[in-house]
Amino acid sequence: MAFDFLQDKDRIFTNVYGFQSWDLKASQQRGDWDNTADIIKRGNDKIIEEMKASGLRGRGGAGFPTGLKWSFMPKEAPKDSQGNPRPSFLVINADESEPGSCKDREILRNDPHKLIEGALIAGFAMRARAAYIYIRGEYIMEAKVMEAAVQEAYDAGLIGKNAAKSGYDFDVFVHRGAGAYICGEETAMIESLEGKKGQPRLKPPFPAGAGLYGCPTTVNNVESIAVVPTIMRRGAAWFASFGRENNHGTKLFQVSGHVEKPAVFEEAMSIPFRDMIEKHCGGITGGWDNLLAVIPGGSSVPLVPAAQIMDAPMDFDGLKDLGSGLGTAAVIVMDKSTDIVRAISRLAYFYKHESCGQCTPCREGTGWMWRVMEKMRDGDAEIGDIDTLYEVTKQVEGHTICALGDAAAWPIQGLIRHFRPEMERRIREHKGENMVPEVMEAAE
Amino acid sequence: MPKVTVDGIEIEVPQGATVLQAAELAGKEIPRFCYHERLSIAGNCRMCLVEVKPGPPKPQASCALPAAEGQEIRTDSEMVKKAREGVMEFLLINHPLDCPICDQGGECDLQDQAMAYGKGGSRYEENKRAVTEKYMGPIVKTSMTRCIHCTRCVRFAEEVAGVEEIGAIGRGEGMEITSYLEGAVHSELSGNVVDLCPVGALTSKPYAFEARPWELTKTLGIDVMDAVGTNIRIDSRGREVLRALPRVNDDVNEEWATDKTRHAIDGLMKRRLDKPYVRKNGKLEEASWNEAFQAIADVKAGSSVAAIAGDLVDCETMYAAKKLLKSMKSEMLEGRQTGLSYDVSNLAAVNFNTTIAGIEDADVILLVSTNPRWEASLVNTRIRKAVRQGHAKAFGIGPEADQTYPVEWLGDDMGLLAKLPKAAADALKDAERPAIILGGGALSIEGAHGAALKLADKYKLVRDGWNGFNVLHIGASRTGGLMLGYAHDGGIKAIAETKPKLLFALGADEMDYGLFKDSFKVFIGHHGDAGAHAADVILPGAAYTEKDGTYVNLEGRVQRSNKAIFAPGDAREDWSILRALSDVLGKTLPFDSFEELRVKMAKDHPELGTEGLVTFDWAPPKDLPGAPKGQGVHPIKDFYLTNCIARASGTMQRCSAELLHADDEMMEAAE
Repeated sequence: MAFDFLQDKDRIFTNVYGFQSWDLKASQQRGDWDNTADIIKRGNDKIIEEMKASGLRGRGGAGFPTGLKWSFMPKEAPKDSQGNPRPSFLVINADESEPGSCKDREILRNDPHKLIEGALIAGFAMRARAAYIYIRGEYIMEAKVMEAAVQEAYDAGLIGKNAAKSGYDFDVFVHRGAGAYICGEETAMIESLEGKKGQPRLKPPFPAGAGLYGCPTTVNNVESIAVVPTIMRRGAAWFASFGRENNHGTKLFQVSGHVEKPAVFEEAMSIPFRDMIEKHCGGITGGWDNLLAVIPGGSSVPLVPAAQIMDAPMDFDGLKDLGSGLGTAAVIVMDKSTDIVRAISRLAYFYKHESCGQCTPCREGTGWMWRVMEKMRDGDAEIGDIDTLYEVTKQVEGHTICALGDAAAWPIQGLIRHFRPEMERRIREHKGENMVPEVMEAAE
Repeated sequence: MPKVTVDGIEIEVPQGATVLQAAELAGKEIPRFCYHERLSIAGNCRMCLVEVKPGPPKPQASCALPAAEGQEIRTDSEMVKKAREGVMEFLLINHPLDCPICDQGGECDLQDQAMAYGKGGSRYEENKRAVTEKYMGPIVKTSMTRCIHCTRCVRFAEEVAGVEEIGAIGRGEGMEITSYLEGAVHSELSGNVVDLCPVGALTSKPYAFEARPWELTKTLGIDVMDAVGTNIRIDSRGREVLRALPRVNDDVNEEWATDKTRHAIDGLMKRRLDKPYVRKNGKLEEASWNEAFQAIADVKAGSSVAAIAGDLVDCETMYAAKKLLKSMKSEMLEGRQTGLSYDVSNLAAVNFNTTIAGIEDADVILLVSTNPRWEASLVNTRIRKAVRQGHAKAFGIGPEADQTYPVEWLGDDMGLLAKLPKAAADALKDAERPAIILGGGALSIEGAHGAALKLADKYKLVRDGWNGFNVLHIGASRTGGLMLGYAHDGGIKAIAETKPKLLFALGADEMDYGLFKDSFKVFIGHHGDAGAHAADVILPGAAYTEKDGTYVNLEGRVQRSNKAIFAPGDAREDWSILRALSDVLGKTLPFDSFEELRVKMAKDHPELGTEGLVTFDWAPPKDLPGAPKGQGVHPIKDFYLTNCIARASGTMQRCSAELLHADDEMMEAAE
């Protein structure tokens, strides 16, 4: 059965390539801020119910159901020690730093009002007082656009006191990070927002209980929030009509690497990998036989070899079955010209560089893994070192405060799982063992 | 009270306990580096991982996980064993193998836990990390390559010491613990980070390469550097004290000690009086004990004799001197060397009644002419705790001083004590557990004591189950001295006016000897300081580490200290000097051994006979003058040089010069 590609009429992000202006007027022409007050009048619980029904899973990588996440926020404001009610906050994670990911950037610079409107609706639904948009430090242009868009929205009365004439007071702040990958972790982001060193917090307590400044907080990805207004307007059923059970909706995919036309595009969930590449990216360079492996969800998920990925559906569960994950749907395609060990070694270096250094396994393990990977590149190692490396990744995985340890371990585990023969070949070659038969011949 | 199962043992744990605490209650040891009972939970070392059901199928950090009803905790499963081995391996890959030259060797958590939970070998073949040393001041020596980034020192500095001068910079492998701008840490508690450091990254600078822990004789003692009565362990080798470390006593010092407590001990080896001296033709000359005693007997003082006790003496010495004076028919005893003459008719009115631990519960604290950070640093950490937890508010009258927590200073005029500004008055009125702390400086101001007592009456500081009236003494001997009657009407001036022929100065180095120009001055003490300079006869005595003794701290807690080493040279324990002298004076004291002395003292003063808190009945004098005037004062001008031992200590001199007077030098250089 052929896959039903997403039709233009069903696209949420209609300005993802920036062909039109990002400003308020153009956004309104595209349908943003269209009677937002009406949506808000439906009430907190109705909005959350709608979100749950839409089946939206968090677009930041972990895929946690967004509506469910919002429902964890307290209905009555908790009191502080003096008996004053504590405000709640929405934090929008725009610290897009995962190698391969570049979807939030397109929203930030080309469709900022979708995000601001989404922030208002989401913030209202979870009874938040304000939203903080934490933008990656390197996104300078994006931050400028975002700041200007927020100002526009304030000037138009869409946010602030009596936001969009809904009777709800809501502020949006844009906060620029300083360029640390770890600040994309939700609790590290909260620490960073508070002005501290970006290091993840221990959980529990979870942010919904005690987050930013000790107040109930929900941290959502840019895309998760930006799709909210459209879901509200077109209904949960519409959104849920895309994708397989449990993997509903449309999604911004980002394909980079060895394809003819790397691209960011919106597509229905569960699209088969082959269809996606053929339709949007002009195929694999050198044809499908030339495909080596794919990292389907950004650098922190294990790679999947060509044979397994070709016809796999691109969604959370489909990729999980392959021992990988959808992550942020940042698809990194590698053809057979790739030095796969080198590629993963580079990722190991990235995690070594970005580890916050707080907890032991990640701080010490990422450096160790990278150094061994560097040796694996040239094969300057023993066969047994591959097993040691695998064990080290297992010692890091699941033993750390946040998921960065797992993210550093998984790419290497994926490499060993699927490309161990290649690693062994390099080691033998480095030792000169592949020359053995020739020597034997000469001896005769 | 949740019920949990630890390795099959079902136990009930207190509400709010963590899984780690639950495991300990069940008798299971959980290895840890970053977790410390008295600091906030960081959960970063990952050594305390255990398996918990229900929960995710991965090991959990037990230090940070609350124990909940029905949890099944496993500390002995294969998963836990592997997790511990893994974390230990990670900790060791970048830890230098310099145990043979590391001062932490033998008392190193990493060493011990590597033995118990490690794999026994490493698979790491790459280069190890090296980190440049960081300067942290005269007390703390760093060797940051050994650091395992547990952040105990960072949390201690921020939470307990109240100086945000230690932190981490960099990230990942490059994370380094350092002090602010790599300067000295400006805290009087900095030495505690040495004890907290689980490895040899932070070690004691004065103790560097001195000894191994197993060479040391450990004696339980009581510190005399301030009136807190910090419980210490005296580590000695041969005739030298090498270390003073705090012992755990939750009622007194928790497990902290000030830098002075820890590091004034090198002063015990310097400027010591180790021979009797007699002044001949205006010059002190060495003499034999008999010559010295004879010189005293020759004064033929009759009953014109007085005794002044210094800040460091033990109760037994004061008791022996009191007995000697009594046999000579004199009652001129004084312990308040600096000339204070406050009313002592009711000891509760000059005591720290709230108790050191109790001050944590206060909700409003009024500091009167005091700088508790210097006068009793470990009382100050308690006040800080109360303020930090958010339930206490501190006000202050007198010169402002940084207490590490916010204090609302009302002004410098002591008259404010009789007429509190509205903010403070309202706070005291509404408080449930109000407290006032009167510093040594306040007692020197005429009328302050009376005004404070009136204030106590007005705001009902003394109520059911709560006594919020506190006097903060500075001398370790003070409360014991007051109990033994070392407080003469009118103070030291009144004694001087009688022009005593003979004056015994028991380690009194802070008094004005000019008042006693015509007296024959006998100094019994251990350091060649002010007292020895003024003396006509010097009888060399023993310092606090060199004698058994009873001390009463500022809250009235009777504590006993043990003798760790012998006094140097011809110096003797003070009580035996007085006993021998009494023979020569023909007034033989009725005890032949220290034990007999103690029994006698316990008979005369039963409250000194048993260790523990003495409760003084609250019956304050009513008719004291209560209109203080003038400005408040702080009696301590230099925290590091408050007594003869500290002044003799090279470490304390360095601390003083660097931490308190660094700016002076800069000024001079600028000129």
